Parts: sequence; structure tokens; C-alpha cells
Amino acid sequence: MKAPKSWILEYVDVPDGTTTDELTARLTLTGLKLEAIESAGADISGPLVVGRVLTMEPEPQKNGKTINWCTVDVGDANGTGEPQGIVCGAHNFEPGDLVVTVLPGGVLPGGFEISARKTYGHVSAGMICSARELNLGEDHDGIIVLPEGAGEPGQDARGVLGLDEEVIEFEVNPDRAYALSLRGIAREVAVSVAGASGFADPALRDTPAADDAGYPVRVEDPSGCPVFVARTVSGFDPSAPTPDFIAQRLTASGMRPISLAVDVTNYVMLETGRPIHGYDADKLQGPIVVRRATDGEQLTTLDGTRRTMSVEDLVVTDDSGPIGLGGVMGGESTEISETTTRVLVESAHWDAVSMFRTGRRHKITSEAGKRNERGVDPTICEAAADRVVELLTTYGGATVEPGVTVVGAPPAQPRVSMATDLPARVSGLPIDTDTVVAHLEAVGCGVTVDGATLTATPPPWRPDVTDPHDLVEEVVRLVGYDTIPSVLPPAPGGRGLTRPQQLRRRIGRTLAGAGWVEVVDFPFVGEGDLDALGLEADDPRRTVLRLSNPLSHEAPAMTTTLLPALLRTAGRNVGLGAGSVALFETATVTLPRATEGAPILPVDRRPTDAELDSLLEALPEQPLHLGLVAAGEADPSGWWGEGRPVEWSDAVEAVRQVADALGLELTTRPAALAPWHPGRCAELLLGGTSVGHAGELHPRVCTTFGLPARSVAAEVDLDVLIEHAVHLRQAPTFSTFPAAKEDVALVVDESVAAADVEAALREGAGELLESIRLFDVYRSEQLGEGRKSLAFALRFRAPDRTLTDEDTTSAREAAVALAAERTGASQRA
Amino acid sequence: MSGPNTEYDPVEVTPLQAEQVAEARDAAIAAIEAAADLEALKQVRLEHAGDRSPLALANREIGALPPQARKEAGQRVGQARGAINQAIAARQAVLEAEHEERMLVEETVDVTLPTDRRRRGGRHPITLQSELIADIFVAMGWEIAEGPVVEAEWLNFDALNLGPDHPARTMQDTFWTEPADRHVVLRTQTSPVQARTMLTRTPPIYVACPGRVFRTDEYDATHSPMFHQVEGLVVDEGITMAHLKGSLDHLAAQLFGEGIDTRFRPSYFPFTEPSAEVDVRCFVCRGVDADADACRTCRGEGWIEWGGCGVVNPRVLVACGVDPERYSGFAFGMGIDRSFMFRHNLEDLRPLFEGDVRFSAAFGTEI
Ligand SMILES: [Zn+2]
Repeated sequence: MKAPKSWILEYVDVPDGTTTDELTARLTLTGLKLEAIESAGADISGPLVVGRVLTMEPEPQKNGKTINWCTVDVGDANGTGEPQGIVCGAHNFEPGDLVVTVLPGGVLPGGFEISARKTYGHVSAGMICSARELNLGEDHDGIIVLPEGAGEPGQDARGVLGLDEEVIEFEVNPDRAYALSLRGIAREVAVSVAGASGFADPALRDTPAADDAGYPVRVEDPSGCPVFVARTVSGFDPSAPTPDFIAQRLTASGMRPISLAVDVTNYVMLETGRPIHGYDADKLQGPIVVRRATDGEQLTTLDGTRRTMSVEDLVVTDDSGPIGLGGVMGGESTEISETTTRVLVESAHWDAVSMFRTGRRHKITSEAGKRNERGVDPTICEAAADRVVELLTTYGGATVEPGVTVVGAPPAQPRVSMATDLPARVSGLPIDTDTVVAHLEAVGCGVTVDGATLTATPPPWRPDVTDPHDLVEEVVRLVGYDTIPSVLPPAPGGRGLTRPQQLRRRIGRTLAGAGWVEVVDFPFVGEGDLDALGLEADDPRRTVLRLSNPLSHEAPAMTTTLLPALLRTAGRNVGLGAGSVALFETATVTLPRATEGAPILPVDRRPTDAELDSLLEALPEQPLHLGLVAAGEADPSGWWGEGRPVEWSDAVEAVRQVADALGLELTTRPAALAPWHPGRCAELLLGGTSVGHAGELHPRVCTTFGLPARSVAAEVDLDVLIEHAVHLRQAPTFSTFPAAKEDVALVVDESVAAADVEAALREGAGELLESIRLFDVYRSEQLGEGRKSLAFALRFRAPDRTLTDEDTTSAREAAVALAAERTGASQRA
Repeated sequence: MSGPNTEYDPVEVTPLQAEQVAEARDAAIAAIEAAADLEALKQVRLEHAGDRSPLALANREIGALPPQARKEAGQRVGQARGAINQAIAARQAVLEAEHEERMLVEETVDVTLPTDRRRRGGRHPITLQSELIADIFVAMGWEIAEGPVVEAEWLNFDALNLGPDHPARTMQDTFWTEPADRHVVLRTQTSPVQARTMLTRTPPIYVACPGRVFRTDEYDATHSPMFHQVEGLVVDEGITMAHLKGSLDHLAAQLFGEGIDTRFRPSYFPFTEPSAEVDVRCFVCRGVDADADACRTCRGEGWIEWGGCGVVNPRVLVACGVDPERYSGFAFGMGIDRSFMFRHNLEDLRPLFEGDVRFSAAFGTEI
């Protein structure tokens, strides 16, 4: 809400010398936040001065126009004191008149730069300005002629034109709709600024009594439209200009002057907060009826949009059908035009919820709708209509028609009771009852106190005040939020971070310590991303939760996998010249479930546990995932020699390091899953539970995402790992007897997994086996095509004795025998 | 080795003459002194102190002497051998020291060579900032509560006194999921975690809830469809706005430095009443002589808009099963990204979400 300072101070006095900064600082502290202070003429710069026309010579032109070659006294403003030669196309002035002159170097609204230029055979050194050119109004044909004595030639014209006026922009919270008016802002000044006095309510005026002689109006839905006031004027001059003060104030408040009839309704809306609609009364057909629309009923609104209405919309109708979307936007058929001479003024109070719904349904945001949906004072409908009528008659030459239509009455104000000490108990400030009463009365409440209970009747412009805590806020903000002391609450002994929280930190530190860099991506995904991963048509990761209103149609759903964003981010880094990258991300993914919707539960009580369960069950699963991607070198090249390129095992190992940090050991088995290389993808298992996949990316995926060949990735479910993390690790016991080492080399088919061979060896070796480690994989012609040799180092140790050669030999042989049985392994000679 | 020599021929016992013992000793010591390195010394030791050395041989003869002669000869040979061993040990020490000195010189490397043989990792600065904030609350005895980002509409709005027709719903541009009648949204705030906490626990409640939230804002230098918030909630007996102020002042001081406090301005949030905007004192100029040219961080305001807060609206307590007659509470929320931005002098938030490793790497593992 923008308000010229002088307009505010028309309704309230502040102590002399109160600066704008002081005024706005105080208003900000009591809840009307300063957004900006600007001057009305902020879009005008350079020399704009008062000039006196010395001579003017009309010069007819070939194009039929006549221009005036003028000399203008601009004092010393041009640096010479000589008269300024200016060509002017207007004719509404004569020598001796005071005018507004912009000199070369000046800039007018719209970035229009003024320079001396050759035109119509003269060098025109500046311009004599019209109101339109200065954004002061729209309806002037000629230039501005200042009243005699308005200023001296050469004087800065801004002050004369009110362009030095300070305009204060406030940020108005939804609960303070009354501050969307000068009336409300001035009242706020009166309430909160020390020493302010003399508040004059612009909506307080004597209005003629209602009678039956006015325009016939019937309201069929009084809850939707509790009050409907109609007044009519005739003999209105549609060509009458809007007075400068109205045009200037509208402009300063951010509204564009259009025509007198429209400007007046907007002016009164700014003044009182009450939206007004004007109809061309001659276009009305029969009585006005306010009702809910019938389904599918149509209306073309002022913005030219053909709208189909719902049964919830409130419409203003006449015999022709709907003529306006009540309280939101008028209709085209009865719009005031340049031929309108008879105006019906509607000043109606509308149900805020209906306004809100209609505005959203039709996607209309209007100044009227903004106020109506937040709540307007229902008691000032007659005053506002009367004010419009006054302005139309004063400036538009109109005559008031007899008859004042008033249908309905403002709803009664609710009463709110609270304990007198509630403000003190809520704020922590010692606020006594007298202070409570004084502040509530200051904001307009009627207050009675009965013992320890206070009952307040909020003023009609405060529909937001419904609860005891609303009263508390009014009191405390006027006492001053800045007086609230700072006291730490007495928290009980806390339990610290939960175990999952601690483990998540540990996972992040483990990966960062291992050289991985964490990134944060948006969780949105689209078909294209999933295609880029090469997912099969029936891949469960294609079952996504879609958004109704995505920001991008390329990513309209919540992702089921962290990989698309992670691969894209890695590709971007590579594109930016990072030779090697290793990224990780931990975030939840969204896995939809086929469930009922989430109910909208009551709010006047706690939901039952069953209700709450039905709510929570309706949500998709959102497991926490870890995604990893690495490209380029795992260990960099350097003076020490060649680096090591990343390979599938780096991805698997990173996940294993994470598991290790949680005290868990993962096993692997081959898997074929997009986006991985079908022969280089490991499924990671915790016991029998799959926790994710890791390995080398499919070459096509690398190409698609701009990653170097052989880039690797992993994605695992961290919730499963965290859930099984070892909590209390047991202290180990060690045998102090010597260990016996045995190496075995086993030849197997290429397709046999090393992990299977190792598992068989481990099992076959029995209890004496302390550790086993695969230390070499070897292929040769001698072994034959499709064969490989796996070399394992086995270490045996007994807890209670030194092992004999027979012990270790038989354990080794048992291990080899089982491996042979399970995997067809033969011992290499 | 030193057993009695049974094949001993007493006629040839000349080596036990004093002159000859002295001669052998002197020759040995001269050779020791002349040994240039450890290898040479080893050779000298073999020749002059080994089993076949003259004095070792002489020593064998002693047993064959008449008893009265044995003692004198034994002494003579023993002294000579002692002197030789001493000389060897001394020479050994000298040569070893020389050798070590030479080796250390030879093994000198250029320690200015780069050593980055391992990738450097790093955690995301927002993760670090969230943890830092969580730690401040944990230190106060609070706990950290969490909830899902895809959330029930009722928990994101209705339970927080944002009914279906509440104008404030338009203040938060919500991502809705399909189908709309399932009433599932991307949470627009971390407040549903507060509702979840009140619904599942009994007071006293002291929790902070950091997390990701979503609004349908176009992505630019100051807006992102996803950002991070931290909210706090306290529900206990006798809680007042003074406790709210105290908690936020503490957080501000911990996060931005000693002496940095907060300022409240009246505001409006459906879930709190009374409500306030929180400004934090500019930690650069500290609000002292703030002027627009001097301080870029606060643009001369002296204060930086930080978040919103207030007393939990009793309607919210009722919907979440907390007795408003017995308990009161406060809640607050602020942007983690925003706090990060002004704490670390970041003017454009987009680097937070674009994963350029150069950005995260600049923060390493601690901020
Ligand atoms: Zn500052």
C-alpha cells in the first residue's frame, strides 16, 4: 500500500518536526512495516523549472498543425539568464502565463531524455510540459498553466507540482486489511505515534437516510452480501477531467488515472478502504439482484474475459443476466464509458471467504478483491457511496437522483473475552489492567471489565480480531515489542541428537574424508531424465509422484532416484573443466504408494490415532538415499607417476566405507540394472536385504550426461543401513598363539563370482580360519579361454594352541574341496 | 674356542713375549685408525680381533704356560685385546656418525613438491550450517525433530490454523501433488514437523526442526523452489514471549557473534498470535552508525530481516492435542540458506544448488 505522506496527515496531526523516518520507524515497530519511501516525481530527473512565457508566435505547418515558437523566461536555470527558445504544440496558454519547463538534460517519466533539438525550423531548447508528460494525469489536452504566484521563473517546479511529495509504501499483513486505506493508516498513526492527535475519520459523515425511492435491489444471499447500498447520479459529464489532486494521489498510490468516474471510485476506495463499483445506469435493465451464480452461467468481465461461473460465485444481475462478479470485478455490459451520463454507485459488503474463493477460481487479483477478501468495514457502505456521489457531483457536474437504496445491515460485531492478565502472561511483561483497557480502546474496541475478565467488542474494521490472543497482540504491540525482556526458557535435560541424526553426520564425514564432495540438487524429475538413465519401461523408478503445478514441464514429478540430478551435476562440473569429480548427495526420494488420499481432519480437537494413521499412511514412502558419482581419476596423476582412473570398484568401495562406518559389512552380487553397465554393476546386500547398486555407468549414459567413459555411480537406501547400524560394538578377544598362513590359487570359469568362491573357502575352512583375502586375479593362455585364477591368502589361528601343519593342511583342503564343489574350482598346479 | 690346547708344543711360545704383544696391539690400533669406512673397519676387526688374529692365537697359548707364568701372560694379552676392542668401538661410532650424516644429505628431497595424491572431499555448506544450528539448540537442551517433505495438506496448513480459505495460503505458493483430492503437498514450511511433534509427544517440548521446504518460486538470485528452514517450537507451562526473545537472542549470538541480538516487529502468521518478524542485529556494523554506503550487509538498516516468530496460537495447540489452558508455547522459523548467505557474504543463492565442486570445496568440512 502506497500512501502520500500529505494525504495521511490530512486525517491526523503529528507533532511539529516529526520526520518521515521517525513516523515510519514507529509504525514499523507497531506493525505497519515500512517498505520504501519514494518521492512522487522519482522518475523525473534534471532541470524541471517554473517558466514565464514571454512571447509566442503561431507558425502554421504544412501538415496542417500550428506550432508555437515561444520564448520562456526560466530565470538563471539555463545558466545564461537569457530567454529559452522552445517549440510548443499546445495552445491553451498565452504570453505572461507561468508554465512548467523541462530544460535540456532533464529526463521525464519513461526515460524520455530532453535535449536541444532542431524541429520545425527552430532549435527547441527544452519542452513546456503537460500533466500527462509528467505522469500527473491523463486527461489534459494542453500544457500545465500554473496559477499566478505559484512560483518564480527558474524555481524548481517539483515543489510547485507536489512532485517532491514523499510517498510511503507499507507492507500490509493479511490481518491488517484496514491499513489498505488512508483511513486505516491515519488511524494507525494516531494510535501508535507519540503525540499524534486529531484523528478525523474520512468515513465519518452524515448520510441521507435510506428510503424506497432508490434503484431497486434485491439480495437473495444475505450471507454472501450482507449490505448493498446503491446511489444514482445523472447529468454526469463524461468528458469532465479528473481534478489534479485526485490524479496525483492515485498516481502516487500506484493506480493509473483513467476517467473521472472510475478515478473517483478508486479514490474513495483508497480513502476509506471500501471498494466501490460504478455502473452505467442507462445500461441497467430492471432491478438488481444479488445471488449465487447458476452452474455454467457466463459473464464477460471488465478485463474482456469471458468467464464461466460456479454456483459458489456471487453475481450481481439484472434482467439481462449477470452484470458483475460481486466484489471482485464488474461486467463489460454495464461498464462506464465515455458516453456515460448516469452512474449507479454500488457500495456493498461481501463475504470475505466467497471473495477469496472467487478470486482464486477465476485467477483475478484486483485492488477491490484484495480488500474484499481480507475484510472491509461493513458499516461504512453508505458513507463511501455518499462520498463518491459528492465527488461525482462536485467534479463531474452530476446531479444526485433522489432515493437511497440500502439492503441489509452490517453483521453484529462478535465479542471477545479474556482474562485481564492474559497479555501479561503471554508477553512476559508486567501489563496492568488499565494499560490493557487503554490500548484496546485506542485501537477501537469497546471494553468492559468484570473482575478478572475483560470483554472487548472489536471495531468493525477489525474482522481479524476474534480470539483472546488477537486482543493480546493489540495490547503488546502498543506496549512495544521492544520492551519484551530476553529470558532463556528452562529446557529440561535434552537427549541430544538421535542416533539416526548422528549416523547421518558420520556418513557425510566418512565420504568427505574419502574425497567425495557433497552437493544439493532439486528433487524434481521428468520422463526425459528417466529415459536418459536408460530405465526399462517397467522399472519401478518410473512410478513417480507427479506435481499438479510444476515449475518446469520437463521435471514435473518428485524423483525416485538421486542419479539423474547427480549425473547432470557431475556432467556440468566436467563441462566447467573439472577433470575429475567425485560427488555425493543424501536426500529423500519419493516412492508413491497406492493409497487413499489424506483426509482433511477437524481442527477443533486432536485427531484420533486412527485418523492420524490414515493421514500418515496416505503419504508416499520417502526413504533417505545416498547417491554417488565419480568420473576421471580416482587418484590423481602427478610427479609421483600416473594416477589411477576411477573404476567400478570405487563406487562399491565408497558404499562399503559408509557401511563400515556404521559397523556393517555388505556383500555384493552381480546385477544388471540401468543406468549401470550390465556387466559391471554390483548389487549391495546387507544380509539378505538389497540396499542398492554400485558400479560403472553404461557407456550410453556417460555420453548422455557428458561424463567421461567409465564414470561410476552408486545409489543405496541409507534408512536400511542406519536402521541396522551396530549400536554397541563388543570388545574383541585376540588369540596370542601364532598364525599359520596358506595361499591357494583356484581356477574357475570367468562367470564365477569371486565372492562365491571366497564364501565357499570361508565356510569350508571352518573355525580355524582367521581371515581370507583375495590378492590376485590372473588370466593366461595356459589357463585357457574363459578361465581365471583367483589367488587367496588364508590365515589360520586357534584360540588355545599353536596350530600343527596337519591342522592347517586339513583346513585348507576342506576349504578347497568346498570351493570345488560349489563353484567348480580346481586348484592351480 | 678357548678350551685347553692339547696339541700344544711348548717349544714355540714366542708370541707371549711382551714386545710381541705390544707390537700386535700397536699394529691393530694403527689399522683401526686407518679404516676409512665401516666396511674397512669390519675387515680390520677380522684381522686384528678375529679368531685368527695374532692375539687370539696368543691367548690360546696361555694355558700351556707354567702356572706361575700364566697370570702375567694372561694379563698382558687381555689388556692388549681390551685396548683393541675399545679402539674398534670408538672408530665404529665415528664412522657410523659419518655414514649417517652422509646418507641424510644424500636422501634430501624437494619438500615443496605437491602432495595432493588423494582427492579432497567436502560437505555441503548448507548441511554444515544446519548442523551448526542444530548443535546450538542441542546445547540448550533441545532436540532435533524431523518430518517428510511430501506432506499431508492437513499437517502443512489446517493443523496450523491455515484453513482452506485462509488468505495466508496464497502467501505460500504451494506445490500440489496429483491428484489434488489426495490432499498431499510439498511442505511449504517445516511447521508440519511442529504439528507432528505436538501430536506424538507430551510437553514439555523443546525442539528445532531444520529441513527442506518448497515454494513455487521461480529460480533466481534470491528465490529458489527449494530452500532450507529451521523452525523452533517450545511448549511448556508458563512460556512467554520473553522466552522466545531469549532463545532467539541466544541463537543470534551463537551464530553471528557475542553481542548480536534480535528485534521483534509485529507481524502476522496464522499459527502464532501474537506474531512478530525477527530482525537480527547486523553483525558487520552492529547497527552502530549504520549507513547505506558503509555497510553492504544490512544496507545501512543496522538490522537484517531474519525470520518470523510468535506465541503458538491456542487453536494450533487444540488441533494438536495440547491443552491450551495448561500449556503455552512459542515458535519461530528462519531460512538456513538466507542465514548462510549473510553470514558468509553470498549474494546469489544459486551456487548452493548447482553443485559446482569449487563452491563446496571452498567450505571443506567446517564452516
Ligand atoms: Zn550493517
